[in-house]
Amino acid sequence: MLPRTDASDIVIIGGGNAALCAAMSAAELGASVLMLEGAPKPYRGGNSRHTRNFRCMHNGPLSVMHDSYDEEEYFQDLLKVTAGKTDEHLARMTIRRSEECLPWMEAHGVRFQPSLSGTLSLGRTNAFFLGGGKALVNAYYRTAEKLGIVVLYEAAVTHVELEGDVAQYVEFTHNGQTRRLQSKAVIVASGGFQSDIDWLTRAWGPAAKNFLIRGTPYNKGKVLKDLLDQGAKSVGDPTQCHAVAIDGRAPKFDGGIVTRLDCVPFSVVLNKDGLRFYDEGEDIWPKRYAIWGRLVAAEPDQVGYSIIDSKSIDLFMPSVFPPIAADTLPELLTALGVPVKAGMATIEAFNAGCREGDFHPTELDGLATEGLNLPKTNWARPINKPPFYGYSLRPGVTFTYLGLKVDENAQVQGADGPITNLWAAGETMAGSILGQGYMGGFGMTIGTVFGRIAGREAAKHVQ
Amino acid sequence: MSSESIVEAVRQLQICDACRYCEGYCAVFPALHRKRAFADGDITQIANLCHNCRGCYYACQFTEPHEFNLNLPGILARVRQESWQDLTAPSGLARLFHSHGTALAATVVIAFATMIWAAKAIGSTGGEGFYAVLSHNAMVAIFLPAFVMPLVLMAVGLRNYWRRVGGIPIRVTDLTWAFSQAATMRNLSGGHGDGCNFEDEDRFSHTRRNAHHATMYGFLLCFTSTSVATIMHYAFDMPAPYPLFSLPKILGLVGGVLLCLGTLVLVMLKLNSSRDLGDARVWGGEMAFVVLLFVVSASGLVLYAGGDSAWLTELLAFHLGAVLAFFLLTPFSKMAHGFYRLAALTREAQLRR
Ligand SMILES: Cc1cc2nc3c(=O)[nH]c(=O)nc-3n(C[C@H](O)[C@H](O)[C@H](O)COP(=O)(O)OP(=O)(O)OC[C@H]3O[C@@H](n4cnc5c(N)ncnc54)[C@H](O)[C@@H]3O)c2cc1C
Ligand code: SF4
Ligand code: SF4
Repeated sequence: MLPRTDASDIVIIGGGNAALCAAMSAAELGASVLMLEGAPKPYRGGNSRHTRNFRCMHNGPLSVMHDSYDEEEYFQDLLKVTAGKTDEHLARMTIRRSEECLPWMEAHGVRFQPSLSGTLSLGRTNAFFLGGGKALVNAYYRTAEKLGIVVLYEAAVTHVELEGDVAQYVEFTHNGQTRRLQSKAVIVASGGFQSDIDWLTRAWGPAAKNFLIRGTPYNKGKVLKDLLDQGAKSVGDPTQCHAVAIDGRAPKFDGGIVTRLDCVPFSVVLNKDGLRFYDEGEDIWPKRYAIWGRLVAAEPDQVGYSIIDSKSIDLFMPSVFPPIAADTLPELLTALGVPVKAGMATIEAFNAGCREGDFHPTELDGLATEGLNLPKTNWARPINKPPFYGYSLRPGVTFTYLGLKVDENAQVQGADGPITNLWAAGETMAGSILGQGYMGGFGMTIGTVFGRIAGREAAKHVQ
Repeated sequence: MSSESIVEAVRQLQICDACRYCEGYCAVFPALHRKRAFADGDITQIANLCHNCRGCYYACQFTEPHEFNLNLPGILARVRQESWQDLTAPSGLARLFHSHGTALAATVVIAFATMIWAAKAIGSTGGEGFYAVLSHNAMVAIFLPAFVMPLVLMAVGLRNYWRRVGGIPIRVTDLTWAFSQAATMRNLSGGHGDGCNFEDEDRFSHTRRNAHHATMYGFLLCFTSTSVATIMHYAFDMPAPYPLFSLPKILGLVGGVLLCLGTLVLVMLKLNSSRDLGDARVWGGEMAFVVLLFVVSASGLVLYAGGDSAWLTELLAFHLGAVLAFFLLTPFSKMAHGFYRLAALTREAQLRR
């Protein structure tokens, strides 16, 4: 027999939105709950603390959201971004349940605000957290404390022992010691594996070494890998991650929302050889935001340079670092480290391809270049009015798709059917519903819906 | 050239401008998001809109140990503090009293000694109640300049403020908006009505707002009480002392109790809150100021109760000394924040219209 070190009914692995929703739901049904958060307290809350909203179905005005957003429209939006790579049954259930999540979240301390300036397009579909995800996480930890939930920080789980269809014990390190816990039920809510750069490199290829990770450094997929190695079923493409183009000067981890760059549609984007590689004006930015991570990842050294002139500097949301500025284009290229001759040739050819016409920054204006092999199909204005500005672009990884396969009760599936006392919620199982692409605010919806289900099911199991 | 604090504030505010998560907390963020580039005056104005509720600190995913090292309440407090010191003349005095609680205490002691001396040297030629200790005329001779001089300095400071932030001629609607915001301390409710984060990290509570309300209204009631008494004295020839059921007494009693309780709670809150989220350099001066307000109100209440004790002269001198110090230090102490805050709200009203 293995030594027992504690006796909580339920052990929850993780300390983000999904873990907290599961913990509160289970505790409210009378279970005793222990949360093991791998991060230290100031960094608790994983990627959830970087979020700003969640996507919520509603059949009429609800809290800060206006009009309505019904199941069908929500599902069609999901189909579009995933190109069909979703499980319709699970997806529809998640969507339907999102509506009851909002009042539940408010009752557990979350406060909402109308959509932020610059994001008006989301005002109907997404409810924004006042103060953002960290305020949400703080409120949940306060509520969890009141419910008697015990939280251990810097408690990184290294192993969950599976024996047949039962999770036997959880092994973790804390204060330099390895400890084992036997509980009646275990909930995995420890996110994806995007912060394990070696794993990312094995999956994606050597280019991944140059990727920046937008969120927490603590989601290394330790538990995910451990369970998959023991025969738990997986979903989601193991080689893929969601990546967007962010400011190349961002920190390696945890740069969060502020490193996002919205200048691409108004710019020319060069690679490190000074060449353009994609139509910068293909579609409005929210729709094209997500593909630029991949595009930049495919260029040499995984870097791009977005160049604008003073006509465009006020047209997009500012980012965390001021742009590199110069009075002439050669100076700017030098400052950015782009070969001047090649870069100037590209920009001059681009400028020569621009024509007169009406420019509308907020809609597809059809102001396209003429006679270029690689056209820019909207917002094509010559880069000619000093001062000039440039930003470097790098792929920034949001999350990975590989996850644990669960059923509608959030139960983890083993090789021969469900594991009787193991549930999963949040990013670590999101691949079940989000097989490809991303839809703003859906990560928190999945975590909240499945966190609540997992908490409830685990509590039922231990009673 | 911009000061170190302003440079650091701009760095942090640029991050906020890219983030916007805190937009709903207070007036600082909408003011910030209206602009893309910031002059020093813009930063001064934004800093004076912040009332240090700390909501945006505990909600921030980029606070220490994150390399972005956000601490907006802290840096805005520093900028705000420096603006009061620069804009108030003479700024050497402002620096001294803002940062040194001991200087403030010394002023009280000197004022106390002055009042004792006045009572002994000038005394009274007869009169009732307190006027038996120090004649009404002597009191006026001391307090009128002590009241008017600081107000003149305050007015100069406000004019300087108005120039720095680029204010334009004021309309009545600007003032009504500013006063209504100040009267309800709307921003202290945290945007969601749960209050602010102060004494217990990220827990929201109304304690600070309530204590501040009690302090502000308590002070205003005491002030009104004195004004009413002055009018009664000069316009209606009804000199003090007044009976318990008279307007000056009732106003003074209620105001004194509110002020006493409010400042007491504020002291306790301040002791429990993190210094680094304010301007740690002036913690001592701020604390001394709140304690001074407490002393003013508490000694006033003791006087009400013990109006005919053997210690009347000392008690009265002590109370009047505290009041004198309080008046004199208005432009150089935390008291100035009320004036600058109103100015900032008035300017904000203009920028919103
Ligand atoms: C910059 C950014 C912005 C985003 N914005 C949004 C948004 O606005 N709306 C939205 O819906 N989604 C958004 N997302 C996606 C969203 O963050 C995730 O979908 C969601 O947070 C997942 O929640 P979770 O609880 O599953 O994981 P997380 O919140 O990442 O929590 C995982 C937890 O597990 C812990 N952990 C990891 N490994 C271990 C271990 N071995 N032992 C113990 N604990 C461990 C981590 O420390 C962490 O606390 C954003 C993501 C990023 C990076
Ligand atoms: S304080 Fe932090 S969370 Fe709030 S707006 Fe600024 S950067 Fe964003
Ligand atoms: S401390 Fe409060 S008042 Fe000041 S900027 Fe932050 S949220 Fe606004």
